[in-house]
Amino acid sequence: MADTRIEPAGAVAGAVAPEASERRFSWRITGRWVGITGLLAFLVAPIVPLFIWSISFRWFYPAILPTEYSARAWTEVITPHNDVLGVAWNTALIALVVTVFSILLGVPAGRALGLYEFRGKRLVEWMILAPIIVPGLAVVLGIHVLFIRAGLSNSIPGVILVHLVPTLPYMTLVMSGVFANYDTDFELQARSLGASRWATQLHITLPAIFPGVVVGALFAFIISWSQYVLTLLIGGGQVQTLPLLLFGFVRSDPAIAGALSVVFILPAVLVLLLSSRYLSGDNAAVGGIGNI
Amino acid sequence: MTQVTLSGLTKIFDEKSPPAVDQLNLEIESGKLTALLGPSGCGKTTTMKMIAGLLRPTSGDITFNGESILSIPPEDRGAVMVFQNYLLFPYMTIAENIGFGLKMRKVDRKEIRTRVTDMLDLVQLPGFEDRKPRQLSGGQQQRIALARALIVQPNVLLLDEPLSNLDAHLRDEMRELIRRIQTEMAITTVFVTHDQEEAVVLADRIALLFDGRLQQFDVPDAFFESPQSVEIAKFFGGTNFIPGHYEGGEITTAIGRFRAPRSAVDGGDAVLSIRPEAVTLGSDGGNSVMGRIRSHVYVGRYARFRVALGDIEVEAITDPAQVKLFNDGDEVPVRFDSNKIWVIGPASSQP
Ligand SMILES: Nc1ncnc2c1ncn2[C@@H]1O[C@H](COP(=O)(O)OP(=O)(O)OP(=O)(O)O)[C@@H](O)[C@H]1O
Ligand SMILES: [Mg+2]
Repeated sequence: MADTRIEPAGAVAGAVAPEASERRFSWRITGRWVGITGLLAFLVAPIVPLFIWSISFRWFYPAILPTEYSARAWTEVITPHNDVLGVAWNTALIALVVTVFSILLGVPAGRALGLYEFRGKRLVEWMILAPIIVPGLAVVLGIHVLFIRAGLSNSIPGVILVHLVPTLPYMTLVMSGVFANYDTDFELQARSLGASRWATQLHITLPAIFPGVVVGALFAFIISWSQYVLTLLIGGGQVQTLPLLLFGFVRSDPAIAGALSVVFILPAVLVLLLSSRYLSGDNAAVGGIGNI
Repeated sequence: MTQVTLSGLTKIFDEKSPPAVDQLNLEIESGKLTALLGPSGCGKTTTMKMIAGLLRPTSGDITFNGESILSIPPEDRGAVMVFQNYLLFPYMTIAENIGFGLKMRKVDRKEIRTRVTDMLDLVQLPGFEDRKPRQLSGGQQQRIALARALIVQPNVLLLDEPLSNLDAHLRDEMRELIRRIQTEMAITTVFVTHDQEEAVVLADRIALLFDGRLQQFDVPDAFFESPQSVEIAKFFGGTNFIPGHYEGGEITTAIGRFRAPRSAVDGGDAVLSIRPEAVTLGSDGGNSVMGRIRSHVYVGRYARFRVALGDIEVEAITDPAQVKLFNDGDEVPVRFDSNKIWVIGPASSQP
């Protein structure tokens, strides 16, 4: 599972015969290959019918494929007056900022939870888990009033803030798993050798937790990117994101909805692929979730 | 040259358990090799971490050359600690590991490279630059960890069990190496061990700790010749103990009265201690009593006898030829060399 632990390599070094390590190596390659292929199939499969929808003009039962095709939906998506690209950019920007804040807050929180025992730790764990367990809607209805008072409703900062409600717990959970397997003596060793606090974070801590940060950031990005209810409530229709736009078209124009869905899903697939090496194999960090 | 002084150094991790380090006073001489010796869990690592600045003492002070260094961060103390489990950075190559301290000091890359190579030669692992830590054996990693500390030429070197993972041959070589470098560079060195033999062989002075408290701080032979408590004598092992009462340079025990000019106490209930080498069989005169040989082993370079003196059994180590002179069951005079007897306070009065 979470193999991000850095440990005295002496514990294992020397015990692994060359052939054994080679065998393990090839297993890892195979395992990763199967994992990535599976992931691809799982993610790409739903896009295929959506894409077909987006280019179909006539598609009635019992035809397996559309009988007539059209580029209308894609033209609509690209034309400036619908501003699909603008909205997509907006969505990405919100998701990025949400991700950055999730990292900035979630990493220290995960460290505290994963490394230290303190009074009321259980309570903090429950408070962090609560937004995942309790439906987001219930939480947000509570927050809504507060946001209106603070002048945060109907604004992008408000939306960003409310997206943190579901993303932070994931980030914190992933990081607490990573830190539970982390030996802080490595940091002390670096300090003793002459590294400042910052240099230690940069040269020692960061490389050790990096896979976990990538996975947590991935969660955060995708959760924010695909958020519908929270954006609708706090954004009050003023803040447009792809999921809102998409939902609007689902009933009125399935072809455009299909095209939008493709635009909507593609970035997620891309991000996943780019970071797949952190999800599987040697550096897998997802195991951390099981640790709390 | 740096003299390190610990005064009243205390570390309490948890109010409910006794202090990990308790009121430790220690003068670590400049340029000397000092061993911190003691059983597992007695606070050796904790003490080292406090000196290195990696752990804040609960109370007490640490000074380098008379100046308190408690407020100086670890990277500026000039004290480098090598951890018990080496802690080579797994994402870096061996060369990057060894060069880490120099990189932090902004030494230029070319110089780092040559000094790393020199260090690898010094620890007898030439050509290891591009390997990763996990490709090294425990003993090799231990040597790299040592090189990584030495390269920054620290004023104070703190080694936590630096030889624990080496085989007998390498351990001897590394002992020599540590000794040599330490003398050449005149680094004030503290090293931790729980092996009394290692401490005796390597150290100029030994600080013995039990349960976070300093028991005795002395030159190595003092621990054999004049241990300050029964516990200390027992830790160094192999000594005979006979309880008695000490007064006027004589100790009266259940098996007789012995002259004993050397003692750690002035008088009262006490324990006679004598090392097996100082017990002679077959010669009477002063300080001798009759005993009966229980058993013996012939070891080659010496012979070991167990002899009953009344209810008390003592061990004697003698010339191997003596196995021919005595048989099990024989009555023999047993003499304690009065200058080798060391009188200690009774076990119960010691902490
Ligand atoms: N971070 C910590 N939190 C709580 N207790 C600790 C901590 N570190 C050490 N201790 C306790 O302090 C005592 C001394 O520990 P220390 O590691 O200094 O022992 P040691 O002499 O180095 O032992 P060893 O020879 O096994 O390495 C032990 O009882 C240990 O359980
Ligand atoms: Mg220790």
